Amino acid sequence: MTQELLGILVIFGSTLLLAVPLGRYLATIYRGDKSWSDFLAPLERLLFRFGGVNPAKDMTWPQHLVALLTINVAWFGWAMLVLCTQGSLPLNPDHNPSMTPDQAFNTAISFLVNCNLQHYSGESGATYFSQLFAITFLQFVTAATGMAACVVVFNALRDGAGDKLGNFYNYFVKSITRVLLPIALGVALVLVGQGTPMNWAGKASIVTVQGDSVSVSRGPAAAMIAIKELGTNGGGFFGANSAHPLENPTYLTNAVENVALVLIPFALVFALGYYLRRPRLSYMVFGVMTVGFLLLLAPTVYYELHGNPAIARMGVDQQLGALEGKEMRFGAAASAYWGITNTVISCGSVNSMHDSHMPISGMAELLGMMTNAFYGGVGVGFLNFFVFVIIAVFIAGLMVGRTPEFLGRKIEAREMKIAVLVALLHPLLILVGTALSAHLYTGNPTEYAGWLANPGYHGFSEMLYEFTSSAANNGSGFEGLGDNTPWWNISTGVVMLLARYLPIIGPVAIAGLLARKQPVPESAGTLRTDTATFGVLVLFVIWIIAALAFFPALALGPLAEHFTLY
Amino acid sequence: MATQSPSLFQPALVREAIGQAFVKLDPRTLVRNPVMFTVELGTAVMLVVTLGLLARPDAAQGSFGYNFTVFVVLLLTLLFANFAEAIAEARGKAQADSLRKTRQDTPATLRLDDGTLEAVSSAGLRKGQVFVVEAGEVIPTDGEIIEGLATIDESAITGESAPVIREAGGDKSSVTGGTKVLSDRIVARVSTEPGESFLDKMIALVEGASRQKTPNEIALTILLAGFTLVFVIVCVTLAPFADYARTPISVAAFIALFVCLIPTTIGGLLSAIGIAGMDRALRANVITKSGKAVETAGDVDVLLLDKTGTITIGNRRATHFWPAPGVPMGRFVEQATLSSLTDETPEGKSIVELARDHKVEALALQPQLTGAELIKFTAETRSSGVTLADGRRLRKGAADAIRQLAERAGQAYPAEVAERVATVAGNGGTPLVLSENDRVLGVVELQDVIKPGIRERFGRLRSMGIKTVMVTGDNPLTAKFIAEKAGVDDFIAEAKPEDKMQYIRAEQRLGRLVAMMGDGTNDAPALAQADVGVAMNSGTPAAKEAGNMVDLDNDPTKLIEVVEIGKQLLMTRGTLTTFSIANDVAKYFAIVPALFMAGIPALGALNVMGLQSPQSAILSAVIFNAIIIPALVPLALNGVAYKPIGASALLRRNLLIYGLGGVAVPFVGIKLIDVVVGWCM
Repeated sequence: MTQELLGILVIFGSTLLLAVPLGRYLATIYRGDKSWSDFLAPLERLLFRFGGVNPAKDMTWPQHLVALLTINVAWFGWAMLVLCTQGSLPLNPDHNPSMTPDQAFNTAISFLVNCNLQHYSGESGATYFSQLFAITFLQFVTAATGMAACVVVFNALRDGAGDKLGNFYNYFVKSITRVLLPIALGVALVLVGQGTPMNWAGKASIVTVQGDSVSVSRGPAAAMIAIKELGTNGGGFFGANSAHPLENPTYLTNAVENVALVLIPFALVFALGYYLRRPRLSYMVFGVMTVGFLLLLAPTVYYELHGNPAIARMGVDQQLGALEGKEMRFGAAASAYWGITNTVISCGSVNSMHDSHMPISGMAELLGMMTNAFYGGVGVGFLNFFVFVIIAVFIAGLMVGRTPEFLGRKIEAREMKIAVLVALLHPLLILVGTALSAHLYTGNPTEYAGWLANPGYHGFSEMLYEFTSSAANNGSGFEGLGDNTPWWNISTGVVMLLARYLPIIGPVAIAGLLARKQPVPESAGTLRTDTATFGVLVLFVIWIIAALAFFPALALGPLAEHFTLY
Repeated sequence: MATQSPSLFQPALVREAIGQAFVKLDPRTLVRNPVMFTVELGTAVMLVVTLGLLARPDAAQGSFGYNFTVFVVLLLTLLFANFAEAIAEARGKAQADSLRKTRQDTPATLRLDDGTLEAVSSAGLRKGQVFVVEAGEVIPTDGEIIEGLATIDESAITGESAPVIREAGGDKSSVTGGTKVLSDRIVARVSTEPGESFLDKMIALVEGASRQKTPNEIALTILLAGFTLVFVIVCVTLAPFADYARTPISVAAFIALFVCLIPTTIGGLLSAIGIAGMDRALRANVITKSGKAVETAGDVDVLLLDKTGTITIGNRRATHFWPAPGVPMGRFVEQATLSSLTDETPEGKSIVELARDHKVEALALQPQLTGAELIKFTAETRSSGVTLADGRRLRKGAADAIRQLAERAGQAYPAEVAERVATVAGNGGTPLVLSENDRVLGVVELQDVIKPGIRERFGRLRSMGIKTVMVTGDNPLTAKFIAEKAGVDDFIAEAKPEDKMQYIRAEQRLGRLVAMMGDGTNDAPALAQADVGVAMNSGTPAAKEAGNMVDLDNDPTKLIEVVEIGKQLLMTRGTLTTFSIANDVAKYFAIVPALFMAGIPALGALNVMGLQSPQSAILSAVIFNAIIIPALVPLALNGVAYKPIGASALLRRNLLIYGLGGVAVPFVGIKLIDVVVGWCM
């Protein structure tokens, strides 16, 4: 057990060690300072010239949002086209069919919004062409979209930012050329070295030791898996995601993938400190996120390591923890760590079945997605956190007898309106989606019998998880949910869309509005936001808004299951 | 008057507020407060359910008695919230009314254009008309003196018994209705229409007729509405969840959960807090023209303060006697007093006062002055004094003037005296040299006397993050010295009215909020430019029009109090919001197990408080939710104490008290109520 715990400590520690210098590097390239990666500048210039973009031209916040949304619409069209016609396109050695329109809609949106909810299995539902040119492509550009939006907010928080918020395309392109491509290349090479396929061959037929004849899917997997983790996308090449032996062959690849998916969310927090030259602010943010993360991780690791009492009662040894639905090569602790990192960060890849996790672990994973701000997805994690900071600043400001201000900018009705709307959206989408599903199911359990593998509390958790995962743009599934039906395809598709763009538009708008305000100079009466006290308040606000609202739902799902089980 | 009874709940006011609490149930007024409006909707639904049960009992909804109790508790929640607002209004109104009483109908003497006088009632006076007031008469309405000078007793307004002088022209030309002329006769022009004086405006503001939400109140209302919406979603979606889990929830439980979760505590007290802020200002004898002005005062970064009256007491005063070598102290003090007894200037008087500390009584010296000749101060001699009957010549004056006198008479000018003169000047004081028959006796040191405790007050302001700026007509050297001594952060020396304006603009360009106090017409532009402009009631109508507050006491240090009142107002809002939201933790743990325990017995494990039954848990939660509102009314009205300990320390303190307390208190409260409810059921 000690060894297993040490394993996750090493994974966390090495992520942190890599994230700090990466954060400084991110601040350097976004600021446009000299860096070692300047040799890529000619490539970027070529791209800009090709796209007719002047990367030095400053944009206002609405211009940023228009640019962001426009390219996203274009990508959506492209992905729909590829997915609906993939059966007749090249690079399809296994002759997989095209997707149905509702499934293509769900898949296109899912990858467009960095959610990567998969209502299909890679082996049979996609082709190498769509995997590469629709899915892997989107995994790069959507991660870069989140990063660029995050940098716009950084920019707006600079002293005297005004309307000079940099150029969206500049940040976007640099995120890909200077960050995502080089790191993804390194990760992919490790994966290939450990046995992950990277080829164009179709299924291979083998005879197992048991004498069964099985066909094993192959393809250009390593390239996609690298960016799947690095860009906190999470959508696997194979249906079983990182539990699949070719997608995640060894403990080493598991560690590398797990570091990769946490790396940029960590680094962006440090980048904030370097970019604004307010290191203490990034420590506060990182501290709050880490405390929130640990509060979810600790019970999960505990319950996974202590096994399932129901199985123990059957006489099965639980010394190694609750191993149902887990891979022996990773073990209970690394699976628990993976599960929590992948839910607090909206990556959503899985290396074990969350469906089989203990109820409290399932709840911690749900809470990770419900709060969605402990590290969070690339770029967007900080944006979500920023909304909570605004609300916390408002309350804290009042508590010290000053009209609230953040980094010298007053928070007024307009910013509050946006912050409240964004904070409201998440519970709205999750609870309303789950309520509609529960209502449909209760009304006609026989017709919808295919939805839930386990009715009762666990079935409720499955539905709650699906909407939580969609709204958090996480994309992991609780599994056990028959989700490839028009209801689930369309409802989660809509939820994913709303949950992606409004939480980007909101914080960018707040930051943009703040940047235009006359800054208030700091004095002894100014509330400092880089202190532990303020951090406690932010955590409090996150728990009250993002966690407590789900208390009744969690009581009916995982809590009911937990107390029934124990 | 200024120190009116501090009792929060005077019976008469409480009676009025209870009546108002029912009147305010009108949904048209309640809709302004989204949180309480949703409570009213819930209460209405409960009423329908309860009446329905009377017609057709339904076991799923619980007994009639239980439902009726929930309905009554919800109604009480509304009434308590309304009461909080009503009592705040009633107190404000009572305060304003007692001010208004001073200006009831009084006889007035109207002077017509042709100069004839006509007796009218004060209510009949219109803006621009001219009235006359003789000694012993009460001034009928607010006005500006256009002729004459009078001593006036303003105690009716300020509570200060010392009479003040008001005269035509200059900065002290305003008179207030209800005050009394003690001597002389003045002619004044009416400055406000009846019903439009600052006091009338203030009363309207308190009564709610013209009360508008301040920007900060609007932003907070948005946040609270957001919280309310979250819980609307939570409660509405709970119905299908419960259906799925086959644990039907009664309407009473739904509404109880909803009402307990939404921030009713702060929602119910929000407007009371705002009114109480204005009321506290009024209790400090400051009339605010809007709620926003009080709020802004809490944010002020820079305070502009006049030196005289604010930082120093009146004029310069004698502080030390420094006899020349060989002159005994007793004799020096005696001669200095003798030279000043007939001196009517403030400096002269202060020498006589200081002498008393040295056991030299003016009365005992008086006889020596019989037959003495007074020598007045002239710009030429730059000295004054007396020539006594026995021929002794006592002179006091500027050092070089006396030096000339001495040297011309062939007397020595002692080096020690020259040295002392230099020291006194270097310390920001004014040295007066005294001579007897042209022989130098010593130096009298005059100093600005800094108000006791003012340095600590400025320290307090500094720890609030407020920069203090002293405005003075003194030369930069003296100004600098006094500024350092009083502990102000900056000063404007040799200040002209335009300098104030420029200073304010420069600070505002840096994003700072500036407060200032002023009285004269030439202060008006600066008062208007400042974010918080407090005009003295004695000031000119122009100044009072330009500022956004009027100080009835004419006390320049009032600015400091106003700032604290503003901070208190915001803090009370913030802490009660935190408290209200933190309460939700315990309420969840009371109600959620109660909702599901029947269908899912395992969830009884969430019943951490060990509440007796689902119904008593729900009742306890709503009862706690209701009584916490009146329990917090005193805090809402008095405001949370402001401690200048720095923002972070203050946040830590308030988070501990109201955040942690907000989590803990309801656990205890609900448990206690549950025990009581258990006895009753």
